[in-house]
Amino acid sequence: MIHLAKRDKIHPAAAWGIRIAAFVLGLLVCGLLAFLMIDKLRNNPAKISDFYLSFINGISSSNAANIWMNRKFWVFLKNLALLLCVALALTPAFRMRFWNIGGEGQTLIGVLAAIAVSFYMGGKGKTALNPEWVIIPLMLVAAVIAGALWALIPALFKSKWNTNETLFTLMMNYIAIELVSYFLIVWVPNGSSALGELPYGHMPDLVVYPEKAVAPANKYLLIVLIVLVVSVLLFVYLSRSKHGYEISVVGESERTARYIGINVKKVTIRTMILSGALCGLAGFLIAACLDHSVNTDSVGGQGFTAIMVSWLANFNPLVMIFTSGIIVFLNQGASQISTTFNVSGAFPSVVIGVMLFFIIGSEFFIRYKLCRSRDEGKEKVK
Amino acid sequence: MSWQNWLNFIIDALTFGATFMYGSTGEIITEKSGHLNLGIPGIMCMGGAGGCLMLSLVGGSSLPPFLIVILGILASFLTASLMGAIYCFLTVTLRSNQNVTGLALTTFGVGLMKVIMSNKNIINVKNYLVIPKEYYRWPFSLIQKDLQAADLAAMGGLGIMFFLAVAIAIIASYVLYHTKVGLNLRAIGENAATADAAGINVSRYKYCATIIGSGIAGLGGLYYIIDYMVSQEAYLSLEAFGWLSIALVIFVLWRPHLTIPGSFIFGILFSCSSFIAIIPGITVTMAAKPLLRMLPYVVTVLVLIISSIRNKRENQPPASLGVNYFREER
Amino acid sequence: MQNTKKPFLEMKNITKCFGEVVANHGVNLDVYPGEVLAILGENGCGKTTLMNMLSGIYFPDEGHILVDGKEVVIRDPKDAFDLKIGMIHQHFKLVDIFTAAENIDLGIKGSSLKTVNARVREIADRYGFNIDPEKKVYDMSVSEKQTVEIIKVLYRGADILILDEPTAVLTLQEIRKLFAILRSMVADGKSVIIITHKLNEVLEVSDRVAIMRKGEHIATVNTSEATENMLTEMMVGKKISLNIDRSEPLDPQPRLEITGLEALNPEGIPVLKNVSFTVNGGEILGIAGIAGSGQKELLEAIAGLQPLTSGSIVFHNPKKNKPVTFYHKSFKRVCELAAAGAFHDPSGKPVSFSGLSKAQIMQLVKEGQVLFNEDEAMNLRDKTPLEIRELGVRLSFVPEDRLGMGLVGSMGITDNMMLRSYRKGHSFFVDRKKPQELGKRIIEELEVVTPGVRTPVRRLSGGNVQKVLVGREISSSPKVLMAAYPVRGLDINSSYTIYNLLNKQKQNGAAVVFVGEDLDVLMALCDRIVVMNSGTITGIVDARTVQKEELGALMTKTYPTDTAKEAE
Repeated sequence: MIHLAKRDKIHPAAAWGIRIAAFVLGLLVCGLLAFLMIDKLRNNPAKISDFYLSFINGISSSNAANIWMNRKFWVFLKNLALLLCVALALTPAFRMRFWNIGGEGQTLIGVLAAIAVSFYMGGKGKTALNPEWVIIPLMLVAAVIAGALWALIPALFKSKWNTNETLFTLMMNYIAIELVSYFLIVWVPNGSSALGELPYGHMPDLVVYPEKAVAPANKYLLIVLIVLVVSVLLFVYLSRSKHGYEISVVGESERTARYIGINVKKVTIRTMILSGALCGLAGFLIAACLDHSVNTDSVGGQGFTAIMVSWLANFNPLVMIFTSGIIVFLNQGASQISTTFNVSGAFPSVVIGVMLFFIIGSEFFIRYKLCRSRDEGKEKVK
Repeated sequence: MSWQNWLNFIIDALTFGATFMYGSTGEIITEKSGHLNLGIPGIMCMGGAGGCLMLSLVGGSSLPPFLIVILGILASFLTASLMGAIYCFLTVTLRSNQNVTGLALTTFGVGLMKVIMSNKNIINVKNYLVIPKEYYRWPFSLIQKDLQAADLAAMGGLGIMFFLAVAIAIIASYVLYHTKVGLNLRAIGENAATADAAGINVSRYKYCATIIGSGIAGLGGLYYIIDYMVSQEAYLSLEAFGWLSIALVIFVLWRPHLTIPGSFIFGILFSCSSFIAIIPGITVTMAAKPLLRMLPYVVTVLVLIISSIRNKRENQPPASLGVNYFREER
Repeated sequence: MQNTKKPFLEMKNITKCFGEVVANHGVNLDVYPGEVLAILGENGCGKTTLMNMLSGIYFPDEGHILVDGKEVVIRDPKDAFDLKIGMIHQHFKLVDIFTAAENIDLGIKGSSLKTVNARVREIADRYGFNIDPEKKVYDMSVSEKQTVEIIKVLYRGADILILDEPTAVLTLQEIRKLFAILRSMVADGKSVIIITHKLNEVLEVSDRVAIMRKGEHIATVNTSEATENMLTEMMVGKKISLNIDRSEPLDPQPRLEITGLEALNPEGIPVLKNVSFTVNGGEILGIAGIAGSGQKELLEAIAGLQPLTSGSIVFHNPKKNKPVTFYHKSFKRVCELAAAGAFHDPSGKPVSFSGLSKAQIMQLVKEGQVLFNEDEAMNLRDKTPLEIRELGVRLSFVPEDRLGMGLVGSMGITDNMMLRSYRKGHSFFVDRKKPQELGKRIIEELEVVTPGVRTPVRRLSGGNVQKVLVGREISSSPKVLMAAYPVRGLDINSSYTIYNLLNKQKQNGAAVVFVGEDLDVLMALCDRIVVMNSGTITGIVDARTVQKEELGALMTKTYPTDTAKEAE
């Protein structure tokens, strides 16, 4: 008979060994699935090497002149930064054991608010807005406030009446999405509901490669740097500040928190405002640096993926750089596969799903150990 | 507005609601075992894909129609159950975080469905969409011409799978609240340690509940694609209705029989914008549509808030929802 | 007489470990039909663990279990039921939103809910229970819940009933009733195992008694041949004369005046009823009472964690020889007070200012030659723990639930030290240096065994956890130190460390409140003992002169008013 026991501790090397093994196993299963689903591969099994090479090709353009011009690499960094930003936003709430799965909605509402500012106030430089760049901080403020508000609503009800936050924040996502559809209909009179790129409120490029203005590095570096700074700041906030300490105590034990006089409601609300505000920041980055527009898919499910990124990193902001990197790496690799092998654009989701199953499952072997005892149950064999 | 219009409106809302009826009945059964399965959208998608795949194979064959109907339903149920089994293995046996596992399952399921449904080599539109429609809408498909003549086209939308949804909701409610199996299952969702001490095999119940619940939810995916929408693009909007099903679970306070009126109300809210327009004296702008679509979620949030304020014990989520059970936890 | 019969159940050489903790080691036990077997032992001696192996909650690491002479394997509670073994856990395992009948019927195959009510009534009539099968558990009193648990086990046809500390939460009347029911069950041929640490109950209800100590089975004796002394001796091992140094209280001045406290628990049942007493600085005040008599609520009320419906908690902070200043008082007022004799000089002689000029008086005051004694009194009622601290009241509290309340199990010693002090200073960031130094000092001074200050305290043994907690609480040199069951589960050495720490605080002038369960310790350590019983104070006695029997009587005393309520 096999029975389970919780591990007291595990050697970090062993833990990483288990994780890497799971990762490799997951990749193998992905390959197997690919055989089933990709006709080209079935007809020509030797192409399996192309399958795995695609993961590398997914994050690096082979024909780039230099690193500044390597488009895929910079797209990888940009996507990593965006996903990381949302994951960072959710982390303070998760550390408090507040299951904020409303990152999607909080980010989207941030995009919407920033675009609203740009839509209504852009191009009015001669009257209200002078100089023109003032619109950018206004967009930021609007996005941050909107995100914070979206997170604050469930937090208020949670702290007052203990309303289930998982279900509440989940519902808020869809309210945000429908709100975006509403504004799209209001803003786009021709009925196509597609808002084009707005000409105002673009964040300036950070030019590191002056030889070519359109170099991807110039376009994406600013986002990467901003998110990097945010992750370091958040790490410091969570591990070194009094607020961060209070979040940990509330998350570990509410009774202890009350015993030492922490106002749990206040901490809950404050932390959720921070969480929502950071989501708003991610929304601002999407609005002002990338899309300059909004649609119901502006966040593209990253609010949900970010939950897994944060959880996989055990809620550590610095480790999250790594975990979001893995998710984006898999995503872009699988996108590359869909191009190479001509399968549906949804293939990356399948790969990420399978990989997540394995990584999530592997945590079990890190947290628990299997003890074999003889079937009569007389002796415990360690 | 004529009575026919009203009846069409009501029947349309009902048939549309059946999608969530499946989804939330399945999710309720799962949640009653203490597992919040956020993989329901993915499961519904895969249920749809599995059914369509089977129908693509047999839909055009010379098998008797009732067998084709049953095979489609069976394939849908089994594919979705398989998804539920993955979720169960991870959360029950490997004790993984339920939220994370569920979201991963949704990512996987939605993606895989899109890959399958967009593969024209294995999906045959004629076989899965055009031919079986008649079979699934028996007996109304026989009198379709009469219905159209009587301005009651929507009635043609009723069919086997609609009534199956109602039947499943009623049976699920009966099993949960009037049988021993239901009592045991609800006990697990409330307090797994108590159920365990009472000699109930907690893991087996959790597996069964999740797998059966997932299978039921999967039927919703099939129903939506081949019966309600009957469209090649239907699968693209299926994920959203998975999330709406989870909302409906809250809206009906975890009672399967209430999903019948509940899904009707959601159906009305979702499809009323086009019907309101034909009521004389009411003009509906395009912009009102998203706001009306928002209503189910807003109403759900209100129900969630009100039930938490009233704090009536019977109306709360299962007490150990989201918490995995480990007997030797000390 | 039982020995002539065949034992119904035998446990042979049972061993169970949790990690490195040995909960049971080589335990042998047998149970005969038609008897009440008491398992006696102090808290934490492995009684419950042993029984959990019979009920299928735990699986033994070693040993055999025999039922009717045949070896059996009990893997889960279902196996136990099949062997007709049923356990009533101390923490009831009931589903709150179900009715009594639904709870009773839970998990039984083949029965129909319709017949349950009838069968429950039949069992109730047979053994004399009072029960309403349709009542929801969340509407029930503790005693009613226990009834449901017992019927649940009987309903499953159990022949062996295991009751884990069944009397801990009951009133005296309820205990009497329970014992009567147990006897009627034994008369019916069933066996009852009752886990307890109360001697009087053992003698009252059992036929035989098995004594356990530190995970081992010491002996099983016939109750008729046992005496209280003999059982105590076996329970605690060789008679330990408690050698706790007890100094005379030094200048005891009222520090906490508690008057008329009333409080309700979340279910709205009174848990504190008109509680009034005074704690002096420089003494240890013991609080005795059976578990759940309101001790926890009382301490939490003082600490600002339990809302009160009435009463007051006044904290006195006498400050001696405080220099007079003109900051608060006008010159005229100072002269008036001096004339009234409120001031004294450093040698203690009264100062009157008669015949001194204004300049001279000003000079004397400025030099700090004019002193007064001040009694600062603050009502702490309805103050949060934070507000109490902000008032400057150094109140320390060692709660009963160490890892769930006093400490954060997943954090290291340093971070746990910070719990009390992290707010200090205006910096946005926490200072981990001082807490780390404090942690290291506590490790050294209290001999805490730990790999380091970063190791999560959850991994430390019970005694070390407690040292960390007490060490932190006394590090702020408290004016009031409250400790709830601070030596529960600790070995003798660790216990003495804690006693010495409490004594030191007493000598430093702190008012120490000690909630204990071991009467010998209470009598040897404390100066006065407050006895609580179901939320009221039944007596305040001098610990030096009181007799143990007297304390025991006060602990179980019931009031006519209570009886009247029961009768309703």
